[in-house]
Amino acid sequence: MTAQPGSAVAVSLENVSKTFRLPHQQYSTLKERALHPFRSTEYDELHAVKDISLEIAEGEFFGIVGRNGSGKSTLLKCIAGIYGVDQGRISIAGRLSPFIELGVGFNMDLTARDNVVINAIMLGISRREAKARFDHVIDFAELDEFVDLKLKNYSSGMLVRLAFATAIQVDAEILLIDEVLAVGDAAFQQKCFEEFFRLKREGKTIVFVSHDMYSVERFCHRAMLMERGNMVQIGDPREIGRAYHKLNFGQLPHEAPAAESAASGTMIADAWFAAADGERVTSCSQEDALSMCFEVRFAEDLTNPVFAATLRTELGHTIIVARTDQHGGASGSFKAGETVTAKFAIPNWLTPSRYLLTPSVAREGTGENALALVEDMASIMVHGSSVSGGILELPVDVRIERA
Amino acid sequence: MSVSEGARLPIPRRSPVTHRVHGPSAMGDDLRRFWSLTFTLARTEFKLRFYGSVLGYVWTLVRPLLFFGVLYVFFTQIGHVNDGSKPGEKFYGSQLLASIVLFQFFAEATTGAVRSVVDRENLVRKIHFPRLVIPLSVVLLALFNLALNLVVVLVFALAEGVAPMLSWLELPLIVGALIVCATGVAMLLSAMFVHFRDVQPIWEVIQQILFYASPVIISIETVIKKLSPTMLHIYMLNPLAVIFQQFRHAMINNASPSAGQVLGSWAALGGALALVVAIFVIGFMVFNRAAARIAENL
Repeated sequence: MTAQPGSAVAVSLENVSKTFRLPHQQYSTLKERALHPFRSTEYDELHAVKDISLEIAEGEFFGIVGRNGSGKSTLLKCIAGIYGVDQGRISIAGRLSPFIELGVGFNMDLTARDNVVINAIMLGISRREAKARFDHVIDFAELDEFVDLKLKNYSSGMLVRLAFATAIQVDAEILLIDEVLAVGDAAFQQKCFEEFFRLKREGKTIVFVSHDMYSVERFCHRAMLMERGNMVQIGDPREIGRAYHKLNFGQLPHEAPAAESAASGTMIADAWFAAADGERVTSCSQEDALSMCFEVRFAEDLTNPVFAATLRTELGHTIIVARTDQHGGASGSFKAGETVTAKFAIPNWLTPSRYLLTPSVAREGTGENALALVEDMASIMVHGSSVSGGILELPVDVRIERA
Repeated sequence: MSVSEGARLPIPRRSPVTHRVHGPSAMGDDLRRFWSLTFTLARTEFKLRFYGSVLGYVWTLVRPLLFFGVLYVFFTQIGHVNDGSKPGEKFYGSQLLASIVLFQFFAEATTGAVRSVVDRENLVRKIHFPRLVIPLSVVLLALFNLALNLVVVLVFALAEGVAPMLSWLELPLIVGALIVCATGVAMLLSAMFVHFRDVQPIWEVIQQILFYASPVIISIETVIKKLSPTMLHIYMLNPLAVIFQQFRHAMINNASPSAGQVLGSWAALGGALALVVAIFVIGFMVFNRAAARIAENL
């Protein structure tokens, strides 16, 4: 898979493989070694990365996704030079940031001031330059009042802010980031996203490892799906997202529209969540009734097409698949050029979190091939305090009866 | 939730030079960063100790002084190891304190290095940097302490009546040899500890032996008198013995024999120095070989 033609290659991997040796016994001792000098240590081989070749263009935002243990973090560490590769070669063009995680090397017993300078030196900045950039870092992190506070007295959110601000001060042309946005409050996450867009505009090359398909689809130009050390698929982040969900949670009610049926022109123009009064909302309280809505513009005459709304958690767990053929019966006849809005009202038993809506529409029948489908087209944030630990807060009737 | 910035690729600005990514190494290819990192790590640790406790740095100074006080009172007032009657045996106090301070440097540098790489696991596994920085920063920290302690030794020696001598110019060479020796051992031990966790207790024992096998409490004159020539040669195989004695000869009392005089020949002195260099080279080679895989073997 080559990068977009015409642009310089920033990161290039040729047949890269990495194998770990896992000794059966974790730590041997000198004593044992002296007593049994010729016993060979037994070990298993774990092929963490198998023969991966790819090119990432300069200025590209590249995502690597995969399940736990798929080898994505190992691959990132190989690119960073933290692990040496066993086979193949990795070349980069430009300055590479040497870290892969935020806040590495922070010392809790030191003040923010000291930590920022020390971290900068670790990232390859000179002491003088680090001091010159200090104010900018603290400004970004919005921690001016706390510069001389020891980190052990920081809240976790403040730590993340400081870590992120420290990390992006490096003038690296190529950044490697492992699961960076998993932490911090909503406001700071938003800020990180904005910063990501800024880096993107500046043309930095970013290799981004994540579980979070939402941020991969939002930022990445291209993505790659890994499974058991192999590259399964590489390409458009949305396609990769679909493949990843499939790998994790099975299929959607409708398959993605094939090219020919997509050419039919039927499209989903808009999707949103609505409150009980019909007003569009992007956030709501727990127990406020909700509707999942989307607007379809038909390009051909159709009888009883199947409208479906799939509600999923951010992790991609499907909560409900609402379909006209199962929940409403026949949908009726529609003319070419007609625009309709499908509304699926549901009681809001969702626990506080963010949820994503995937609208789709398919021909009458099994609904295998969608006429149109837009993955994660709308999102809603549910607020509230009741967290029982499940995905749903179903109404519960409690009764304890003596035998 | 559409992709707000399309999948179009930005226009490339320029093509920087392509270079190959190598796995982790001991030294890296940027010596300035190497030094700056080593210094920063040592400085941070120094600062933490300085401000860490109520009395801060006082403890670092008090420890060798207390140890010295106990030994001094015991061996001059009770044990009568040395009564200072001969010219070569003058300034027992300064000699004892100096040897303790030098030994403490060696002990701090090596014992501190054993666990250093393993204890900095989070750095090693998440940042690409020259691995040798870690044990070297431990040695450097010990060197900061040594510098401060040597000031105390100087004050004490002047108070005891030691007069400044031309041979004080040998100080950088003598301390240099000690640093080379300690660094070699530090590199060796920190690399070995990744695989062999019993290196720590074993080294503690060896260190104890080295303390008594060096002219710290018992002066070299006594050692020469009691040991056979062969045993004396074995004794002088210990680089610390050579270094401590030369320090005493050059810095405190010219009347006591130099390391060369104890060894008996220039060739033997050359051999002793070669041993110091050999320890360093072996330590470096072992560490260098292990460096590439330290991150995954932790």
